[in-house]
Parts: sequence; structure tokens; C-alpha cells
Amino acid sequence: MVAALTLAERQSAIAISALVAMCGLAMAIAGSDDLLGAHGVIVLIFGLGCSALVMSRYFAPEPSEERLTRYYDDPIRVGIILSLGWAVVGMFFGVWVAALLAWPDLTFDAPWASFGRLRPVHTSGVIFGFGGNALIATSFHVLQRTTRARLPDQLSPWFVLLGYNLFCAVAASGYLMGVTQSKEYAEPEWYADIWLVVVWVVYFLIYLRTLQRRKEPHIYVANWYYMAFILVVAVLHIVNNLAVPISFGQAKSYSLFSGVQDAMTQWWYGHNAVAFFLTAGFLGMMYYYLPKRAGRPIFSYRLSIISFWGITFMYMWAGSHHLHYTALPQWVQTLGMTFSVVLLVPSWASAGNALATLNGAWDKVRDDATLRFMMVAAVFYGISTFEGSFMAIRAVNSLSHYTDWTVGHVHAGALGWVAMITFGSLYALVPWMWNVERMYSPRLIEVHFWLALAGTIIYVFAMWNSGIIQGLMWRTYNDSGTLAYSFLDSLVAMHPYYIARTVGGLLFLLGALVACYNVWMTIRSAHARLAAGAGEGDRPVPHGAGAALQPGE
Amino acid sequence: MREFFHRKLERSAIGFVLAIIGVSAIGGFVEIAPLFTIDETVEKAPDMRVYTPLELAGRNIYIREGCYACHSQMIRTLRDEVERYGPYSLAVESKYDHPMLWGSKRTGPDIARLGGKYSDAWHVAHLINPRDVVPQSVMPKYGWLMRTELRTSDLGKHLAAQRAVGVPYTDAMIANASADAYGQASPDSPYAGGVSERYGAATNLRAFDGEPNRLTEMDAMVAYLQVLGRLTDAAHRQTAASGD
Repeated sequence: MVAALTLAERQSAIAISALVAMCGLAMAIAGSDDLLGAHGVIVLIFGLGCSALVMSRYFAPEPSEERLTRYYDDPIRVGIILSLGWAVVGMFFGVWVAALLAWPDLTFDAPWASFGRLRPVHTSGVIFGFGGNALIATSFHVLQRTTRARLPDQLSPWFVLLGYNLFCAVAASGYLMGVTQSKEYAEPEWYADIWLVVVWVVYFLIYLRTLQRRKEPHIYVANWYYMAFILVVAVLHIVNNLAVPISFGQAKSYSLFSGVQDAMTQWWYGHNAVAFFLTAGFLGMMYYYLPKRAGRPIFSYRLSIISFWGITFMYMWAGSHHLHYTALPQWVQTLGMTFSVVLLVPSWASAGNALATLNGAWDKVRDDATLRFMMVAAVFYGISTFEGSFMAIRAVNSLSHYTDWTVGHVHAGALGWVAMITFGSLYALVPWMWNVERMYSPRLIEVHFWLALAGTIIYVFAMWNSGIIQGLMWRTYNDSGTLAYSFLDSLVAMHPYYIARTVGGLLFLLGALVACYNVWMTIRSAHARLAAGAGEGDRPVPHGAGAALQPGE
Repeated sequence: MREFFHRKLERSAIGFVLAIIGVSAIGGFVEIAPLFTIDETVEKAPDMRVYTPLELAGRNIYIREGCYACHSQMIRTLRDEVERYGPYSLAVESKYDHPMLWGSKRTGPDIARLGGKYSDAWHVAHLINPRDVVPQSVMPKYGWLMRTELRTSDLGKHLAAQRAVGVPYTDAMIANASADAYGQASPDSPYAGGVSERYGAATNLRAFDGEPNRLTEMDAMVAYLQVLGRLTDAAHRQTAASGD
């Protein structure tokens, strides 16, 4: 991989790595009596490791100019592997925290192993580690193929991918040590947040620079979604994480906002992390890999436009439905509820567009587990967006809020939609990236599919049951007009469901392990083939040849 | 006509970027900006006090351990919640909470009105092993709070940063932060007097963890839990006024 970089790029890579290492050293010194110091050491090791990696191949022969006629896929391959690695880590912690709620002593008498510190490792691990890496990897792939342009240079994609993973590593290790600002899905402290902004700006610039060099006049739908993901997540991240650190030598900071304004900002962020990280980004994935795998064009171009702008506009109003009946002024709650309900229209437009695209290819859905992953993902996208709009109605929310129903809803989306579309896309992408005809074992994809589906259904049904029971027990009155159940009664009633959800999560984790094995074996067989002298990737159509350029370019 | 417009938009990367930013910015702006400008958003509560350094340290431990993942601090305006937990929460009660800890999930009960409900000894026993006092509990054990000395040397910096984001800590509070933390948990020490002087006579001055000579994280945590819902009486007054 280093050998594919030009000499100038290798030099810049070493310079940037050294700069990162120096930042790490500065953090380690300034924060020597604080947890910031521990993070400094991690950053230092990361920077040194990257520069050592580049230096070890520094004198390798430079790549030929011929590379510019190909797409640049090295970072995509690494991104896929990182994504699967994070999937296993994140889901493992998920199963662990699920088990802790059924068996609270399934832990060590150590601070790092308690539920409150493990939980963000699970949420960040799966959302940012697994999901984020998959988004970065697939976006680089989709971007190049739909613009017929190579990435603008070979260094910045590495900076984005590795820099992003440094952020994830700092975040996860921080939670275990007790570094968190407590904002859900935005837990990392100020220095990690600043680093992510730097990475994100470079990511956005890669997108923009590649789009500027595109050989297709029109920007394809998938890229609209990836761009919305990159842009809006940046805005959300910056505003929600505004904070004042207690000093530059310490990890702790205090949020700029307080109380009701902070709550609204947090859930404006939190809900739109769902919208633009977990929805828009993965819709980008769906709009490319599903039609490709099905061999059918997207059903309706108009529906894609309606759903794209509907989602981009309306989601941003919906965050306040997380705060029904709280101290948030009612006018904001009402706005949030209204937009959440209307949001069903663009959401179902997307889900319907995906399913209608499969018309004429249903035999493939039956035979091909990869395509079936994507089909089920679209179905779960439809289910969980309906459920979301429903739960945003104040009266429903009075029952569902604070209960496991919310957790079930999130997992219907996260397991059924996000993870399924990701696995489907990765199964489609891996053979292309490693130049083999197909995955090592289609049977194992089949096994993974059923493990994932069974796990999701068990999990979601367990949480629906526990959530609704909980909500009902909390509000049940007896004949004498007093509350019928203590809180503890409701907790005890949850026990069987907490066991069931652990089983569901475990099945899903097993599926992810099967995927890792399958991908690993595919890569091995690809290397064997490559050694035998086969293989040549897809290339951008050269100027003047093939499809004539369309008007407008 | 519309389709024509969109096909043009699709050909301009910068145009598309600007359109996304413009379209997505509206919702957040309309919902968030007025919360800072409309006066009625946060009620007036002249009796509202700030957290003492010890309570703030406890709050930071609460954040560090991720307690907010299972406990809400926001009683909704629903009859069953008010009867179960107490008067519904007002915006003013978390006015000094940077960040707020309203929470989103009740694996355990709401604790917005926990202060004063149980004894210090109950809290200490419960945090060391919840199942010793509540056999059905699924809460983790927090034994290390009792074993870890509280770091007080930088509490002044914490208060200064809090002031920077708008909490009205005085210079005297910031200068005496470390001593006040010690004094609050050592009622017989010479430092105790300054705490009541600066934070009000109603401030809890006790050896929260039962050991007056050591200042542990347990002291801070229990001090924080015992002040939940007690920084102002505004919520109780509101309930009384609405004619209960």
C-alpha cells in the first residue's frame, strides 16, 4: 500500500504522522497527571506507528503513471477490514452490556468494566466504528464509480480513514477510563471532537474535489446522500460539542449550553445523528449497491428527489420528540411531533423506491443472500421509520419514552436497517475490491443472513414486549386510585426479556463473526489468485472512448 | 419545471452543497434559537443555588460512570410520574447543569427528586453493592468510589470553567473550591464554616461516606445525590400553586 504512494506523498505522510505524534507528545506532557496524558500516549504511538509504516517502505520503487488510469481502492480495502473489526468489537460489548442487565454481577470489580462505561463503547463501536468505517469505505467506492473519476490524491483518503479510526480509538478507550461528556452519541471530549473536525473537513474536500473532476455531468443520487451525511454531521457535531475545557492539560470540559437549551441541542444532534449518519449515509449505500446487485435501475428518479429533500429538510425539526412532556416548551414539542409524523412520507418514499427497484429481480432476492440482506434492510427501514413516526406522537410517547421500547426501536433500525444494508453492500463490494468472482462461500452468507435476521427479530420482539409492559406497569392504577406497581415490580418483570435480548444480540454477533471469516477467506483466495498472475480491476472509461459524454459537461 | 430545475442543480457540486446546508439549517434554527431569547422558557427561581465544589465533583463522577444511561432526571408532566417521583421537573432546575442530565432511559428509576429521600448510609451501602439493600436490583457495584480519594486540587479550575459558561460562581467560591470540598464532608473541621457562608445555610454538611477524616469519591457522589431536586423549591411551589 505504501508502495502505491508517490515519493512526495510518502514524505507528506511521514510529516503528517510526525505532526500527529508531536501533538500526542504535547498532550502526554501537558496532561501528565490527567487522563489526557493517557490519550496523548495513544496518539503518540499512533503517529509513530504510521510514520514507521511509511518509512519501512520508503525506498520502494515509485508507482508508474499508469495508476492514474485506475480507481484508487487501497483505502477502501482497509476500510472494509476496519469496519468488520469494529463490528465484532462493538457487538461484543453490546452482548456484554445486554448480559449485565440480566446478570449484573457478570463483571469484574473494576471501574472500566461497569455498565455505564461499557455502554458507550458498544454504541460508539457499532455506530462510529462499524458504521462510520463502512460509510467511508463505500463512499470512496461509490464516489469514484458514479463520477468515473479517480480520488483526487492518494494521501488524503488515508488521512481520513486512519484519522477517523484514531478518533474512534480515543473515544472507546476514553469511555473505559471514564472520559466522557455524557452527551449521548457525542461522548468524546473536546480534543477528540476537534480532531474529528479536522478529519471531516478533509473528507468533505475529497468529496468536493472528486466531484469537480467528474466525467459524468450529473451527480448520482447516492452522492447526494453521502454529501448530506458529511455536511450535516459536521454542523451537528460542531454545535453540539461546543464546550469549555477546564484547562488545556485536562480532558474534562463543560458544555457551553445548560438545561433546556442543552437538552434541545443534544437531541437535535442525537436525532439527526440517526438521520444523517445512520440514515442518509446508508441510503447512499442502498442507492448504489442495491440496484447494482439486482441489475435493475432505480425505480423512480422523482421519488429519490422527493425523499432526499424531504429527509434533509424535515429530519432537522424532529429532535424535540425526544423531549415530550419535559420542561421543553410545548411549542417545540409540537413542532417536533408534527414533522416526525410527516417525515414518514419521504422515508417510505425511499423504502418503497428500493423495494420497487427489485421488481423483476425477485428471483435474485430468493437465490442471492447478499441481495436479500439489502431487501430486508429496506423492509426494516420502512418498519422502523413507521415506528419512529408513531412513537413521536405525544400520546404514544408518554408510554414508550424512558422504556425499552425505544431501545427496541433503535435496534430495529440499527440491526435491521443499518447493519443489514452494510453487510449486503460489503458482500457485494468485497469481491469487486479483491478482484474475485464471488465471495469465498455463498453458503456462509446464507448462514449469516439467517443468524442476523433471527437475532434482530428476537431482540426487537423482546424489547417491544419489555418496553410496553414497563410503560403500562408504570401507569397502572389499582381500584383504590394508587399506583399498582412499584418500580421494582417493573424491573423484575423485565428479566426474561433481558435474557432474550442477550440471545438475540449473540446471534447477531455470531453472524458478524461468520462474515469476518468469509471475507478473510475471500481475501486469501484472492491473494492466491493474484500470485498465480490473474486479476485486473475495473477502470474509469477513458476520455473519448465508450459512452459519449452527456450534454452539460 | 421542477424536474428541470433539479437536473440543473445536480450538475453543480457547490450548488448542491449550498442547497443541503440551507435546507437542513432551517429546522434547528427555528427550534433552538428562540429558546435562548424567549424569557418564559426558563422560570425564575431566586432561591436557586449553584452546586458546591463537592457536589459538582460528585456530578462529574456521575457523568464519568455513565449513570445517566439508566437514570433520568426529568419527571414528565404526567399524573403517574408526579405521584411516583414528585413534582414534575422545571427548566430552571437544570439551569446550571452543563451539560444537562435529563437522560433518555429508565432502566432504574428517575432520580430528579432523590435528594433527602434516603440516608447517607443507605446510599453508601447501595453504591458499594446495590443488591445488599435492594435484592432485585441490576445496578452495577461502585465499590471503588469508597476506595478512591477525591481529587480536589483542580476544583477551582472546574468552577472557573463553569463560570465561563455562565454559572454564577464568585471569586471567593473559586478561590476556596478545594477547601470547601473538604469542609463540606468534614463538618467539624475549620473549613466547614466557609461552605455554609458561601453556599447557604441549608447546604448539607456531613461526613457523607461515614468517614470524616477522608475525602473520597463516595463523599462527592453521595453529596451530589443528596442535593438532587433541592437546589430550589420552585417545583414544589409550582405544584402547590396549581391547587393540589
